[in-house]
Amino acid sequence: MHLKYESQLREPLVYGDKTYKQVTEDIVRPIEAKPTKLWYVGFYIAVALLMFGVYSVYREVTYGIGQWNLNKTVGWGWDITNFVWWVGIGHAGTLISAILLLFRQGWRTGVNRAAEAMTIFAVMCAGQFPIFHMGRVWMAFFVLPYPNSRGPLWVNFNSPLLWDVFAISTYFTVSLLFWYSGLIPDFATVRDRAFTKLRKRLYGVASFGWTGSTKHWQRHESLSLVLAGLSTPLVLSVHTIVSFDFATSVIPGWHTTIFPPYFVAGAIFSGFAMVQTLMIIVRKVFAMEDYVTIGHIEAMNKVIVLTGSIVGIAYLTELFMGWYSQNKYEGYTFWYSRAYLFSPYGWSYWGMMACNVLSPQIFWFRKMRRNIFVTFFMSIIVNIGMWFERFVIIVTSLYRDYLPSSWSVYYSPTIWEIGFYAGTFGLFFTCFFLFAKYFPVIAIAEIKYVLKTTGEGYKNQMANIEEQKLEEFVHEHAHH
Amino acid sequence: MAKKKFVVGCFDDEAVLFPAVKKVRTAGYKIHDVYTPFAVHGLDHAMGLRETSLHTAGFIYGITGTATALSSISWIFTKDWPLNIGGKPHFALPAWIPIMFELTVLFAAVGMVLTFCYLCQLAPFVKKHHFHARATDDLFVMVIECTDKTNTDDLQAFLQSNGALETKVEVAEDGWWLGRYDKDEMPFEEKQIVAA
Repeated sequence: MHLKYESQLREPLVYGDKTYKQVTEDIVRPIEAKPTKLWYVGFYIAVALLMFGVYSVYREVTYGIGQWNLNKTVGWGWDITNFVWWVGIGHAGTLISAILLLFRQGWRTGVNRAAEAMTIFAVMCAGQFPIFHMGRVWMAFFVLPYPNSRGPLWVNFNSPLLWDVFAISTYFTVSLLFWYSGLIPDFATVRDRAFTKLRKRLYGVASFGWTGSTKHWQRHESLSLVLAGLSTPLVLSVHTIVSFDFATSVIPGWHTTIFPPYFVAGAIFSGFAMVQTLMIIVRKVFAMEDYVTIGHIEAMNKVIVLTGSIVGIAYLTELFMGWYSQNKYEGYTFWYSRAYLFSPYGWSYWGMMACNVLSPQIFWFRKMRRNIFVTFFMSIIVNIGMWFERFVIIVTSLYRDYLPSSWSVYYSPTIWEIGFYAGTFGLFFTCFFLFAKYFPVIAIAEIKYVLKTTGEGYKNQMANIEEQKLEEFVHEHAHH
Repeated sequence: MAKKKFVVGCFDDEAVLFPAVKKVRTAGYKIHDVYTPFAVHGLDHAMGLRETSLHTAGFIYGITGTATALSSISWIFTKDWPLNIGGKPHFALPAWIPIMFELTVLFAAVGMVLTFCYLCQLAPFVKKHHFHARATDDLFVMVIECTDKTNTDDLQAFLQSNGALETKVEVAEDGWWLGRYDKDEMPFEEKQIVAA
């Protein structure tokens, strides 16, 4: 029986003539097998980076912000650049799981679990930067509005920085709930086929006693759909609000109305690039090429070329407005500090242009979109480019302000600023390695749901349907 | 908790399951539940379950969030501690929209997930009876509640004639209790798994 008809023109989402049992076994295998040496090597490298980050943060907390090279003019440097970069990366997961769910994009099922995990870890990394940027981190709870003994002195609800506190913490919470509610049935699958007592016990706790009851599935579907509906505007709001941090100020180069859509497009762009980097490794290491297919990679490359081009248009619009506004500060920022190659930071602007605007155009070619090596290489290039974008926006706008006497000397990070950034890579990959080992990296139940309409073995039977007459088809399938 | 007697029939294809559900219901048996490895669309209708109202709860939580944000911010900024921010109005509604929106989403999402867990009685350390270990893997397990009059042999034969691969009679508790899963049987033997 076919629950849904799917055109033969679309390629299968699951290769190989799989049964439900095979799907379970293929996806659960990494959890049940012993980790390989490569996994340990990768995991220990990640933990080492994390330790370096912990020490860098320890220096900063103990000796103060002076451990970083920030100064009175460049008050935001690597820290806020890294914050925006990680938050941007954290956008692909919820986009894939929420917006693509509403748009009925079947291919999301292969990558949504890992992309959501990536989102959560990326937002965790992002959160570190503004928190430790505060300097006296033990007072970080001052950002929360609660009746206090200081007046009560409330936070400023009109400030984009406070909106950010709400946006990022809501985004993290909702993404975590969305992710975990999808994981519950899959944990139950792992639990019920476990052959060690420890695994049975731990996944028993994690699966919340899930049984697979029809009524529970019905509520689960409703929950997923509403969470997707809520997350769709949420994911757009988060980077919009991050862009307000800049756009509502009066700094030349920041004070632009195109920032919200421009930031959101950039976030999706970098998020998808990170998903590509991770999924290309995961599908290879765990032999999941049948589930994360070339078709999936191509679909994500299409999103990358689209959002990369939107970002490119935003860059050109900014340059045009820098001239068209005839505001000399805007003009100086855009045409000297940024676009002039031989200005102090001109290299970063052109690095950004090359990585974000020019190189993704290669994905107009189908052959390139479907090439694993090109995709992997490009995914890293895009993320370098998106890091440059945030660096360009922050540092080139700040280092020369309205008063030439306070122009700063060349800002470059200290080893502890770099260490903090490296540490968040450590945190991200430590979490991701643990996720890949102990969690089902592909949504098992969702793959089973699409298997009979988009699995290769079933798809081949669609040819028979295409030859059927409508009346015959209805007669055969309309019994319930 | 009281134990009840159930007849269990396992199917391996949703295409066989749907007509079977229909026939079992027409024959007058009470389906306790059907346990499936994934969400089978339309099965809830076939079983005659009513639509869930979870989304309505979500809406109520959402507007609660909006109202919480609007009322607290407006009280704080106009009554409790009116701050003069560049001479701008104390009641600065447009500037509050982001936080009102975020709290709407936060309340709706958290409230819905908690309600979902409550309705389905899901929580860490909760344990329920499992009629078949493969219900979360590849089998669709139909469980029929027996009355005093039910002839279990007839019912099993009836299920088999409708495509059930495996049938059995089980006496089980139908609620939940606090428990661990490691005492359960482990039908899946340890296999030589090739490291990925």
